[in-house]
Amino acid sequence: MCDQTFMAATFGPCDSCSKASPLMNIYIKSEAINYCSFCVEMMACQGLQKGETLATLKKESENLKKKLEEERGKLNDIELHQVAEKVEAVAALSLKTRRVLKGHGNKVLCVDWCKDKRRLVSSSQDGKVIVWDAFTLNKEHGVTLPCTWVMACAYAPSGCAVACGGLDNKCSVVPLSLDRNENLAAKKKSVAMHTNYVSGCSFTNSDMQLLTSSGDGTCALWDVESGQLLQSFHGHTADVLSLDLAPSETGNTFVSGGCDMKANVWDMRSGQNIQSFESHESDINCVKYYPSGDAFASASDDATCRFYDLRADREVAVYQKDSIIFGASSVDFSLSGRLLFTGYNDYTINVWDVLKGTRVSILLGHENRISRVRVSPDGTALCSASWDNSLRIEGTGPRGNPTHPAPQLHPPAHSGRSQSVPRADRIYSPSNKFLVFPWVFSQWEWLGKSSKGSALEPS
Amino acid sequence: MSNLYLCAPQMEDIVTRIQDEKAGGVAIRTVKSFLSKIPSVVSGADIVQWLMKNLSIEDPAEAIHLGSLIAAHGYIFPISDHVLTLKDDGTLYRFQSPYFWPSNCWEPENTDYAIYLCKRTMQNKARLELADYEAENLARLQRAFARKWEFIFMQAEAQVKIDRKKDKAERKILDSQERAFWDVHRPVPGCVNTTEMDIRKCRREKNPHRVKKSVYGVPDDGQSQPSPVHISSQPSRKPTKEDVQKEITFLNIQLDRHCMKVSKVADSLMTYTEQFMEYDPFVSGVEPSNPWISDDTTFWDMEASRDPSQQRVKKWGFSLEEALKDPAGRDQFLKFLESEFSSENLRFWLAVQDLKRRPLQEVSTRAQEIWQEFLAEGAPSSINLDSHSYELTSQNLKDPGRYSFEDAQEHIFKLMKSDSYARFLRSNIYQDLLLARKKQPADTEQGRRTSLEKFTRSVGKSLTGKRLTGLMQSS
Repeated sequence: MCDQTFMAATFGPCDSCSKASPLMNIYIKSEAINYCSFCVEMMACQGLQKGETLATLKKESENLKKKLEEERGKLNDIELHQVAEKVEAVAALSLKTRRVLKGHGNKVLCVDWCKDKRRLVSSSQDGKVIVWDAFTLNKEHGVTLPCTWVMACAYAPSGCAVACGGLDNKCSVVPLSLDRNENLAAKKKSVAMHTNYVSGCSFTNSDMQLLTSSGDGTCALWDVESGQLLQSFHGHTADVLSLDLAPSETGNTFVSGGCDMKANVWDMRSGQNIQSFESHESDINCVKYYPSGDAFASASDDATCRFYDLRADREVAVYQKDSIIFGASSVDFSLSGRLLFTGYNDYTINVWDVLKGTRVSILLGHENRISRVRVSPDGTALCSASWDNSLRIEGTGPRGNPTHPAPQLHPPAHSGRSQSVPRADRIYSPSNKFLVFPWVFSQWEWLGKSSKGSALEPS
Repeated sequence: MSNLYLCAPQMEDIVTRIQDEKAGGVAIRTVKSFLSKIPSVVSGADIVQWLMKNLSIEDPAEAIHLGSLIAAHGYIFPISDHVLTLKDDGTLYRFQSPYFWPSNCWEPENTDYAIYLCKRTMQNKARLELADYEAENLARLQRAFARKWEFIFMQAEAQVKIDRKKDKAERKILDSQERAFWDVHRPVPGCVNTTEMDIRKCRREKNPHRVKKSVYGVPDDGQSQPSPVHISSQPSRKPTKEDVQKEITFLNIQLDRHCMKVSKVADSLMTYTEQFMEYDPFVSGVEPSNPWISDDTTFWDMEASRDPSQQRVKKWGFSLEEALKDPAGRDQFLKFLESEFSSENLRFWLAVQDLKRRPLQEVSTRAQEIWQEFLAEGAPSSINLDSHSYELTSQNLKDPGRYSFEDAQEHIFKLMKSDSYARFLRSNIYQDLLLARKKQPADTEQGRRTSLEKFTRSVGKSLTGKRLTGLMQSS
């Protein structure tokens, strides 16, 4: 507002602040009043604040959004899959199910690898958290939380503690001791407190800090020792369902995704939302950084996975297919970032070629929704957690020799049944009333043309 | 219900298309079987064929899987089986009436289930006989609802009366659709209950006005157990002016950001993948063997050793970040810097990294220690900072925090990257590591040859020289 539009008519005490100053004659509801220029300004601003501007502000924001879209559109000179045409196609995968981890009494909701490449922590709907040596199939520790739906769990970088949380709105850290008989639940320490369920948690590169995402729409960074809130991250307008820390040593950022269909990138130091991506048509269930830290992938209930590049500040690929109609629940990259593993609510895991945007393989085997897929820290194995109460671990066979006979340490969990039961039959197993569905083969079956057939058995 | 609700539009679209014969759907027929007719059915094989053709599915197994899921959600069902799966054969299937579709957000009460089961026992027909698990359920419900069993019984009787008035073929269809509905909502033990919800989603999906509780119009008296519902304390709020203002600031920052073209980004992604392809077990396999496949942990032992493989050493050359990620790489780089008498830069960088990972309690003392060691006047390992960074850092130190040294650390990192890191890659320390490994295979080959020569020499006495040279050449 510019003073020059008003004529200073008189000099005297202002009707508002009663200071003697040049006065402006203005009308409010056809009543003449004399205000000094300062008070006029104040009033004008207040009037704006009272409501009429929400609309104008929104309009401005809309305009900016449009402009931003235009700007970003200009940078979209070519599609990623077009550039990737010159890249060699990835060879058919030969994946074998090597371990089936059974022990949870209900849906497995989350899983995380230990840095030692063989241990896992998993959490379940029945409130149990189990630490496994997946290599030997041993359950090393078990903790029972006083709540159901433990939706988040994470292994500390040192391997000496795990964090877990869920419907208790807390995230607790449990130190792991060597003494097996010790009651771990007693040593449990509540670190994070949210006002709604904890949907994800991750240690930063240290045992001493914990990052959590919650149904209350925020993410937060906590000091493990004192339980003090170090930084909170506000910006999502609905439940935050997932977060992932930038992979680089120097990276101080993380990405989060949630029910507002947005994926936000945050600066951990300032708590600022640096970038935001909004192209999914439904909840974002999972976000995962590309190994270089320059991009990330997201999985959504709209049955697609998308790939966003932070440098281009836009979506660069969509992974979808006519036959995929169920929501995607989880994503993870192979070590080089070439393959994207995605878990779906239709009980399958699909493997996508990140660059070409094509599906490389589909993996059937779990008997209920996939809740989480995680590639091990050294990229040798893929772990999947499912609502069918189990976890499965896949390994890659040796290159060029997919039929290499591998010695078997552990008998495959279903081998007896799968061998004796014809595909299109179902049986009631007398012992546990367990039903084998005709469409759910008792073991992983890769539908890739090259590696059809039994996966557990070395062929 | 979230899962149902969210994928329902796509699933319902598919189901509608399959049924639309004119637009290329499957033919719904009446099949004559021994002494009777089976109205409006299709074969499982037809559905599988349709799915493959119309959803571009190559593998029948995938189509069977998808079809089985559609069945498990109650859109199609086998006419003579409680287990809702799809088989790629002549098994007959029927389509569910849209009234029973899960998108109507059914959450039927146990009272309704009791009425339904009760009704079945009244209709003296072989096809309506209760399965074992249903009989068990009925017994359980009868115990639970003992007091109002009479009411349930009456309801069931009334239902039977209504049903009797209907046409025979129509009744057959309706009976089967009703059965399929309960097979979805009270599945056979061991079958997946597809109506189970994700607790994170049910809050939003649960719209009380849309949930249909009773199939038979029975008033709910709150007897049955409600499913666990998580209700948020936080109501969804309208954006306030502040929110919008924040958004505008954010958008302005975004507009000012310099962004790369997609073509450049694509190139960079491709380069990255190519560079790391050989380290990716899912793409290139593992040497000597993947522990998960071979049950041999040699690979992990090698990774853990401080004696890095040539492949690992090569990775340090990709970028300074990669070198610092690997503990062995960090050690070697430090060793190199020590030889150049400039290790303080790296030591400072590592100290600051460590500081950021410390518990809050230790941060301020540790920050002071770092200042004393690297930056204070007369510091034992003083580092060179430009005056701006130095000024900023000393300001930060008045209230030391985890990020007090951010600026200085970044400055030092850039310095190392542009200067000492490049020299490290050219240095003997690095080159030796990189090449020493390359020599080894040659060494072993040499070793083999000498032993062969020894062998020849020792055996030579008993053989004629000529024959031996021939043998060696051929090998």
